[in-house]
Amino acid sequence: MGVTRTPTDLTQGGRTGAGIGASTLRPDGTLKVTGEFAYSSDMWHEDMLWGFTLRSTTAHAEIRSIDTSEALATSGVYAVLTYDDLPTDVKNYGLEIQDTPVLAHGKVRHHGEPVAIVAADHPETARRAAAKIKIDYAELPVVTDEASATAEGAPLVHEMRDDHHAGHVPHPNIVHRQPIVRGNADEAAKRADVIVSGEYVFGMQDQAFLGPESGLAVPADDGGVDLYVATQWLHSDLRQIAPVLGLPEDKVRMTLSGVGGAFGGREDLSMQIHACLLALRTGKPVKIVYNRFESFFGHVHRHPAKLWYEHGATRDGKLTHLKCRIVLDGGAYASASPAVVGNASSLAVGPYVVDDVDIEAIALYSNNPPCGAMRGFGAVQACFAYEAQMDKVAKELGLDPVEFRQLNAMEEGTIMPTGQPVESPAPVAELLRRIKAMPLPPEQQWLAAGERADVRALPGGLSNTTHGEGVVRGVGYAVGIKNVGFSEGFDDYSTARVRMEVVGGEPVATVHTAMAEVGQGGVTVHAQIARTELGVQQVTIQPADTRVGSAGSTSASRQTYMTGGAVKNTCEAVREKVLEIGRGKFGTYHPAWATAELLLENGKVVTDGGEVLADLADVLEGGAVDLELEFRHKPTEAFDLRTGQGNGHVQYSFAAHRAVVEVDTELGLVKVVELAVAQDVGKALNPLSVVGQIQGGTTQGLGVAVMEEIIVDPKTAKVRNPSFTDYLIPTILDTPTIPVDVLELADEAAPYGLRGIGEAPTLSSTPAVLAAIRNATGLELNKTPVRPEHLTGT
Amino acid sequence: MDFLRPASWEEALAAKAEHPTAVPIAGGTDVMVEINFDHRRPAYLLDLNRIGDLSEWEVGEKTVRLGASVPYTLIMENLRTELPGLALASHTVASPQIRNRGGVGGNLGTASPAGDAHPALLASGGEVEVESVRGRRMIPIDAFYVGVKRNAMEQDELIRSVHLPKADGPQQFSKVGTRNAMVIAVCAFGLALHPETRTVRTGIGSAAPTPVRARAAEDFLAAALDEGGFWESGKTVPPSVAKQFAQLASGACNPIDDVRGSAKYRRHAVGIMARRTLGWTWESYRGQERSASCA
Amino acid sequence: MRVNFTVNGRKQEADDVWEGESLLYVLRERMGLPGSKNACEQGECGSCTVRLDDVPVCSCLVAAGQAEGREVVTVEGLADFAKQRAGQSGCASGACGGTTVDAAKRWQAKPQSADGQTGEQVELAPIQQAFIDAGAVQCGFCTPGLLVAADELLERNGSPSDADIREALSGNLCRCTGYEKILDAVRLAAARGENSAAGQGA
Repeated sequence: MGVTRTPTDLTQGGRTGAGIGASTLRPDGTLKVTGEFAYSSDMWHEDMLWGFTLRSTTAHAEIRSIDTSEALATSGVYAVLTYDDLPTDVKNYGLEIQDTPVLAHGKVRHHGEPVAIVAADHPETARRAAAKIKIDYAELPVVTDEASATAEGAPLVHEMRDDHHAGHVPHPNIVHRQPIVRGNADEAAKRADVIVSGEYVFGMQDQAFLGPESGLAVPADDGGVDLYVATQWLHSDLRQIAPVLGLPEDKVRMTLSGVGGAFGGREDLSMQIHACLLALRTGKPVKIVYNRFESFFGHVHRHPAKLWYEHGATRDGKLTHLKCRIVLDGGAYASASPAVVGNASSLAVGPYVVDDVDIEAIALYSNNPPCGAMRGFGAVQACFAYEAQMDKVAKELGLDPVEFRQLNAMEEGTIMPTGQPVESPAPVAELLRRIKAMPLPPEQQWLAAGERADVRALPGGLSNTTHGEGVVRGVGYAVGIKNVGFSEGFDDYSTARVRMEVVGGEPVATVHTAMAEVGQGGVTVHAQIARTELGVQQVTIQPADTRVGSAGSTSASRQTYMTGGAVKNTCEAVREKVLEIGRGKFGTYHPAWATAELLLENGKVVTDGGEVLADLADVLEGGAVDLELEFRHKPTEAFDLRTGQGNGHVQYSFAAHRAVVEVDTELGLVKVVELAVAQDVGKALNPLSVVGQIQGGTTQGLGVAVMEEIIVDPKTAKVRNPSFTDYLIPTILDTPTIPVDVLELADEAAPYGLRGIGEAPTLSSTPAVLAAIRNATGLELNKTPVRPEHLTGT
Repeated sequence: MDFLRPASWEEALAAKAEHPTAVPIAGGTDVMVEINFDHRRPAYLLDLNRIGDLSEWEVGEKTVRLGASVPYTLIMENLRTELPGLALASHTVASPQIRNRGGVGGNLGTASPAGDAHPALLASGGEVEVESVRGRRMIPIDAFYVGVKRNAMEQDELIRSVHLPKADGPQQFSKVGTRNAMVIAVCAFGLALHPETRTVRTGIGSAAPTPVRARAAEDFLAAALDEGGFWESGKTVPPSVAKQFAQLASGACNPIDDVRGSAKYRRHAVGIMARRTLGWTWESYRGQERSASCA
Repeated sequence: MRVNFTVNGRKQEADDVWEGESLLYVLRERMGLPGSKNACEQGECGSCTVRLDDVPVCSCLVAAGQAEGREVVTVEGLADFAKQRAGQSGCASGACGGTTVDAAKRWQAKPQSADGQTGEQVELAPIQQAFIDAGAVQCGFCTPGLLVAADELLERNGSPSDADIREALSGNLCRCTGYEKILDAVRLAAARGENSAAGQGA
């Protein structure tokens, strides 16, 4: 018996109108509500072994010795591997910089770093064996922030750097530095009537996707391996996995299993190489499933950041300049840090017109947990700071915070601090107008149900902390800007294969991409696009795998634009090919073949006037048109390393939030009452999914505003709360009503005019909540998450 | 690991006597977390789910005998009148799924200062019925918590029930967490008015190495209520009394800084909860007095 | 050890069960029922929610041995469970106690039923259909637990207020949706339950 519960084709019929723009339902919906959908942790194989990872218990230490003999001698154990067992010279991996050891080599650089892996016949056997591995650590001093990382004589996290950023950074413990300098901020500051500065701290957030890292590696007869895994980018994984295994890429066949959320946390590898190594060593299928504790160590987190901002403005409310410095803590390995620096610096100004800027962003190497991709990276941290600043400046000027923002809002044609013009609609002022115009939720809703206070509608919720005492309402606004797609000159492309044929008299399209469906609804949209472009009802979405070209990452709000664009692009080519065949066969019978705009509709070739020219069955005659094509967005440029100038971005995405909160000012507890959003989406390919994305992103922003933070001990660099007991994410009782106002202003350069939407709502949600809490309490609150201690001075 | 499945209370006691290190498991909401995360590998698990008696309760004339495994959900639904403080505390326990499994016996067995039942039990007063093959004994709740996650039980003993006086006055429970549901207490406070004895009792959770009573606060408040004739008059408690009560409650804390909250915050929050729960219970007492006198 | 219990109406037996295994592990890895999800294994997310002798519990916190002789309903059996309930009471959604007109009016998303989902037509419980129709499923990892919890809520309370829904589902974390469409789904299932009850003249 082979693998059970492998990913299957998703075939979805559809009615007329199930093309783009319709709220078509998910093709995987039935599988997901019946428990049949095959997530990566659901994979099972008859003779499979369980893999287990032994991780460092300390953040920075030399490994003097590792003794695996007792573990290996344990009954039921098939393999125990350490660094010395790695089969080739390639022993590191990484997204951009290959600095991450597959298994620790001589030293560990962060708490929870993988040191050894075990395969055994039961997870408990593997755990017990791993506990018998003896590791002799010699503790090393840790660096945990900018001061300790760049102090004289600071221990270097990576001693022998030879990566492409090594040459331009001011210190080896700085991964990457990006200044953005335009105009003359010092000169412009002289024109300012008010100057407002602030220091802001953004805590370390976890993606906290619900499906922990997991997968199954099955050794193949040809010496290769089949890997079923949950990831965000199959081909990026493949590029990193194959060299470590010493296999050509075509012998590492990857299939995307069901993904239980991602949010950036699956952009880096986790258990992929480990499972393959164990499978190849033992000759048996190996399954690895992290538990929640391990998951907190198994993926990168959102960069915590310190941000210093100075804005100036004239009395009439115009911003004069921005000076800012953003320090992101990348932790022990580079992961996506360089790109995070690029986003944070290039978007540091926010969606505002400021001609004179002096911006610097850096990411540190430290012994803290590695940080990398998470929804909105770089832009999220900056938005928290610049939106706090906007409120402060407005207050200083005595202006309404929304009107002040509108006065300075960017628009189409604005030149960004990078020198890049904004070439599509940027309705920043309009989004603000819309959220401000929404009706406010009624006051004191806890009294709505009857004479007794309904604690479920109060701060503290079910914990019964107030019946209204100490509760004050506040309202806050924020708006943000996020780049869409991979920036800074990256060759960002996506591939789609589309096949069109007639089966049983019915025209059918089959779409095959390597796009990672992580919940966002890409599979739904692909079927809609195929229906619209090919005039079919029935579409089959094949499982994502590496038999087709790369789809790029499911991140950076890019998949609908990029792989959606690729599907559209390939469908158009398939349609042209079908028409070409038709012309060849029937062109002489009707002049419209040569003169009219032709479409495919319900299995027929029709003119744009609706005249039927041929049946698809007659055109294809049992054959199929099958094409695989790549799609690229317009090329971008790297930012100049000294000035930050360059056309680095593809597209921008904007959202604005209004938060209404109720704060128990005595206990420091917060209830978010409503989080209204307005967002420009260009074109809503699937309105139901669009709203779902916006509400979900908004809620992650709410979480980091009031509760979410990975707490790292500053003395030991050890994680103190790696569990869902102490790393809290919002429950349904913490999440308010989220009214969504969707604006559709087309970006002519994008497929269907659409705008990537996934990240923007995560940006402005957090600062809007903070602004509302400040409004309620009058406190400064420069750190997120806001804790009861901050609100009560304790 | 061995899994012991006694079918009766006597079998359970015998098993515990034979294997004193056996870990009793009922709702599993503590024990299974420790097993799933490899924090604990007991040689024996002693399943108590088969002992029906543990999931039953009896309401007597003066007291309620509450089986150790009666799920919090049933306490909330059925014992709101008799044990209002514990019913309120039960409602704050974790999630509906956990409340469907967990019971007071688990909180007492684990004796974590963060257990939600403790402040309510301390405020109510009562006794824990524990038993071994050597015999049965009643441990007053005030003597039950002896150290960090340590209770007054012997290794061979099991918790059978708690005996709690039926409420003779209003009771309240309040708990601070940084989420509006499914949260472990940063700190918690329970308050029970006992008009029959003209006393008040309190319980504080998560703000000291063990659950504790704020005895000085209780004594102060009882004296103030008595001296001012408040029990009879039902007059509003003056803010100065409430403030002093709150301060004394804060003073009874001996908290630590941890990832859930600072010591300073815990002290502060206990004071606020003490003041508010006093307000709520006293309002309720006054209301009862008024309706009683009108009747 | 050996464990016997009934899952979704069928007697099941598992051998060589390690005593520390949870009910969740046995369902997923030994009985071929991975619908219940392993998201936190500490009772803090609800993804593994099953009915144990009718009561919703976190199966990750039930020791396998504790399930001996008992009845378990998982998401895989939810449709049958609802169908049987309908057979007994004429109310598949469990929500035939009626929904307030207000609650039904609040319902906004446009349900688009029978979209010709995957392959053969599967019979779904009303709450399952409502989750699909309302867009309450994204990654879907929290969905099985939420469905079991929401189905039980509607069985108890056919016309829950929003606050009731929030309280009943407060033990089920979702990281994708922001919960709005989950609320929509429960409102929709409740409203449909009322409609079907009205249709039967009940």
